Amino acid sequence: MKRFVLAAMASLTLWVPALAQSTGDLGLVVERASGSLLVVDQSERARIGRITGLGDLSHASLVYSPDERFAYVFGRDGGLTKVDILEQSIVKRVMQAGNSIGGAISDDGLYVAVSNYEPGGVRVFDAETLDLVADIPTGSKTIGLVDVPGTRFVFSLWDTGETWIADLSGATPQITRIAGMGANPYDALVTPDGRTYIAGLFGDDRLTALDLWQDPPTPQPILQGYAADREGLPVYKMPHLEGWALAGGEFVLPAVGQHEVLWVDARSLRETGRTATHGQPVFAIARPDGRHVWVNFAHPDNDTIQVIDTMTKQVVHEFKPGPGVLHMEFTPRGHEVWLSVRDAGKVMVYDTETFEKLREIDAESPSGIFFTARAHRTGL
Amino acid sequence: MQSTRRSRLVNRVLFYLAMSGAAAAGETAAVDAPALERLVRQDCGSCHGLTLKGGLGPDIRPDALAHYDADTLSAVILDGVPGTPMPPWRPLLTQPEVDWIVTYLLNGDTR
Repeated sequence: MKRFVLAAMASLTLWVPALAQSTGDLGLVVERASGSLLVVDQSERARIGRITGLGDLSHASLVYSPDERFAYVFGRDGGLTKVDILEQSIVKRVMQAGNSIGGAISDDGLYVAVSNYEPGGVRVFDAETLDLVADIPTGSKTIGLVDVPGTRFVFSLWDTGETWIADLSGATPQITRIAGMGANPYDALVTPDGRTYIAGLFGDDRLTALDLWQDPPTPQPILQGYAADREGLPVYKMPHLEGWALAGGEFVLPAVGQHEVLWVDARSLRETGRTATHGQPVFAIARPDGRHVWVNFAHPDNDTIQVIDTMTKQVVHEFKPGPGVLHMEFTPRGHEVWLSVRDAGKVMVYDTETFEKLREIDAESPSGIFFTARAHRTGL
Repeated sequence: MQSTRRSRLVNRVLFYLAMSGAAAAGETAAVDAPALERLVRQDCGSCHGLTLKGGLGPDIRPDALAHYDADTLSAVILDGVPGTPMPPWRPLLTQPEVDWIVTYLLNGDTR
């Protein structure tokens, strides 16, 4: 309202200020217990607002519209919520399933897809209205949903070990099913070019890659037997695979049931090394320049961060930000990183060169941190 | 429904008996209840959901667990379920802590 009056006054003069607020350095932090989102300003290292009323946000994630104004939030309770970052309000909210795990937005920004545990499958919604566009039941808990070029989504089936590609570029979705990915895929990633899809397996001692430029793609085992002859440790939290895995020319991937990260050449998909870590890795995320990889860990080691140098594959820095480090998000060019420290009720901002803590921001049980620059990245 | 309600009532009575028994025996210091509740919500919750209604793992709210006895649940927590993602918590939890968690799960949030 005030803006409208200001605009009206401004229009009476020759000098017309630009009143639109830019969103390029904003972001959202999931407050998992209270069902709210903090709106944050990455340049100011500050919170600038809060959006409430989003339901059960444990394990919530979100994606951004191409104009970086709207976010689509995927809640564990099956809620899909569209929020307006500028107005700091909910635009629309639908309960689309009983139990969901993640989502993606198509390359053209027209479709938002959600992967569900219950009922198992993927549902696709109109990004403008949140009307249901396509229902793709899979008969399985469905995980590892990503967007790839060509208005396609790729996702995997926990119960049957398949990966499906849903092409939404035509009038009706075209589904390609790829069997034989392996037992119990728990998460997956796609490279920033949308070419290589890698599924992590809980039930097999390897990962599986697909070259999405092949037609049809055939499953290619990678890191076969990485834990062979070693005792599998209890897995207190499934690792996450994200499109931030590319460090230099290699992927860095969390091992399941082992205290290590695994390195794989991005072209040949052959193993190039292993780095022993403090605990079982949850996220292994490359700084945007790829020179360092930051790793956090599963309970009971989730108070610690290790930083690994990509050149030497050695841990170069280790510190304990606090209890329950759940997520890390780099600024788009990587000069700073934001960490959510759940049980401290803080988001902590660090310089990624000096490792100096720059700021603490109060938040209620923070988990995922998402900067708007993700809007322009495939697979995030 | 009736049997569920009755078993919840029984569980609740057992819960108070257990609590008073523990207090009488001077064992309340053995477990850190707020820390265990946080563990259930946050760490069990990473698979079973923050509200325990299920996720990768099944629903573990009181109604869903009503037909299990406490010993079975205790064994599942301590030793996990082989062939599934349910891990053994024996390396991290003591028997009194597991007992507290089992009672908590069977009764729900009684505060």
